[in-house]
Amino acid sequence: MDSSVVLKEVELAPPAAPKVGRAKINWRTHFQQHWPLYVMLIPAIVSMILFRFYPMWGILFAFKKYSPVAGFAKSPWVGLKNFSRFFSSDYALPILRNTISIAVGKIVVGQIVAILFALFLNEVRSHFFKRTVQTMTTLAHFLSWIIIGGMMVQILSTKGAVNQIVTSFGLEPIRFLSDPAVFPWTLIGLETWKEFGWGAVIYLAALTNINPELYEAAAVDGADRFQRMRHITLPGIKTLIILMSCLSLGGILSAGFEQVLVLYNPVVYKTGDILDTYIYRVGLVGSGGMPDYSLGTAVGLLQGGVGFVLILVSYWLADKFANYRVF
Amino acid sequence: MIAENSLGDRLFTIFLYLMMALLAFLCVAPFIHVISLSLSSNAAIKMGAVGLWPVDFHTQNYQFVLKEPQFMRSFGVSVVRVVFGVSAMLIMTIMTAYPLSRDSVPMFGRTPFKMIMLFSGMFGGGLIPTYMAMRSLHLTNNFLVLILPGALAVFSVILVMNFFRGIPVELTEAAELDGASHWDILFRIFLPVSLPVLATISLFSAVGHWNSWFDGVIYMDEIRMWPLQSYLYARVTSQMIQKSGTAAGGTAERMGQSFNELTPEGLSTAMILVATIPILLVYPFLQRYFVKGLTLGSVKG
Repeated sequence: MDSSVVLKEVELAPPAAPKVGRAKINWRTHFQQHWPLYVMLIPAIVSMILFRFYPMWGILFAFKKYSPVAGFAKSPWVGLKNFSRFFSSDYALPILRNTISIAVGKIVVGQIVAILFALFLNEVRSHFFKRTVQTMTTLAHFLSWIIIGGMMVQILSTKGAVNQIVTSFGLEPIRFLSDPAVFPWTLIGLETWKEFGWGAVIYLAALTNINPELYEAAAVDGADRFQRMRHITLPGIKTLIILMSCLSLGGILSAGFEQVLVLYNPVVYKTGDILDTYIYRVGLVGSGGMPDYSLGTAVGLLQGGVGFVLILVSYWLADKFANYRVF
Repeated sequence: MIAENSLGDRLFTIFLYLMMALLAFLCVAPFIHVISLSLSSNAAIKMGAVGLWPVDFHTQNYQFVLKEPQFMRSFGVSVVRVVFGVSAMLIMTIMTAYPLSRDSVPMFGRTPFKMIMLFSGMFGGGLIPTYMAMRSLHLTNNFLVLILPGALAVFSVILVMNFFRGIPVELTEAAELDGASHWDILFRIFLPVSLPVLATISLFSAVGHWNSWFDGVIYMDEIRMWPLQSYLYARVTSQMIQKSGTAAGGTAERMGQSFNELTPEGLSTAMILVATIPILLVYPFLQRYFVKGLTLGSVKG
């Protein structure tokens, strides 16, 4: 090798090891050489300030009794009164209960169906068949809840296709979208229907990494299909299952805003109203008058704050149990 | 592979294929049923005679939808939104990911920046403060509100950053020896080898933009400016139909007698299906990037 190249490489070596280089940086020459790195970050910094941090001053609405007539500055401070207004209202308990139970229901049912589906689809030998099934089961994931909701309102109506089948068995039609006792299950069922194929993609991807020799060795030892699924396939995605469970914790206060907003109606508020829809109705739409910005912001802050802590905890758990790091 | 010879195994295989086929059928049957509904006569729909095949085939719903000015306008708004939204996201992602990925170059404030960016992806002001902020930035009733706030997609940045990090250091170092600037390295080395990952984030972002509707509904006062999915929201949900101002019956009468099979349901169904077509068109490409895209779906950046 050319000795001058070697020399240059030696000269370049310190920056390659940041810990060593950090103490000795000459910032003047550093900026002269590396200014583009900083320039490139400007759009992201501006975007974060304008669209992520600037809105945060609005959190102060939560501690004021905001009136659009008086404006922000002249609205009086009220301390935590907006929070106590929410908790002392008749809505607080049902809404929290609905949000958490619908979210947990979606996570549990959705994960179980996705994992079982992946386990069984993994047993299919024909690549063409596998691919076709995957194509058909993941499509709905890429469609909005407007599309899916619009379809389902027709299919699940009392005279819709599903109830035609139900009544043909001599049963009463099920009011999927207007019976408060059924509605949360409709939400969970539709979410699972829409997402299980996509949820299985990550497991199927992980299953391709399992060494085929394990299966052959197990077969030689006389393990049948189910035993192989139970003792090779399932352990192969165990870490991933733990990881997905940990990460899903972060979403426990988000029960699917867009889905509920498209599908719900006042008849099922009792069991179907969740934090997001409540905040939207109270804080932006306003029920029978002006929107209550302050109350909406307070409940939103509660959801955002607790949600943030939950995400941190979920990342911490994911790191602890599955060695997962975002960066 | 392992030979499956026993009777039990064969039965299992048959059962397996049947179950999987049934599941796949359950996933597409609603679409087929709704397509059939949109092509069937009202009489047949009311009798419940429509299953997975149209009865008394007609295409009036579609003819009407394609002549509905607001539908076509909103379709246009959505197309423009996708083009500009994806471009903005792509430029922002590349420019942010590059400096963060160059670990060999020490940088002032890199780690704090990453932490702040991650934080900004996890915690926001919430719905109402964000709405107020957009209003005070004069972004309400402004097309840019559909493009700019979503341009910095944190998880796309992380995905691209990690991909950039995987590019062999030798390539970069050789270029640096030749006197290449950061722009040269980015445009001549990093970008050409990153096309698959850039395609991934672009496709997923395009689908996201096409499917977004809530921002249109809250930030735009006039239906005229709504993207397609926001407009469909107005058509589909009953409480908003007055706001959209065009109940199907009235418009049909206005357009003459030729559309005697129109119903609000038939029309919304036809609209929904037309709005699905663009997704179907990119779906084969999306499928190639499923696994890469997994990390994107988890959090909205």
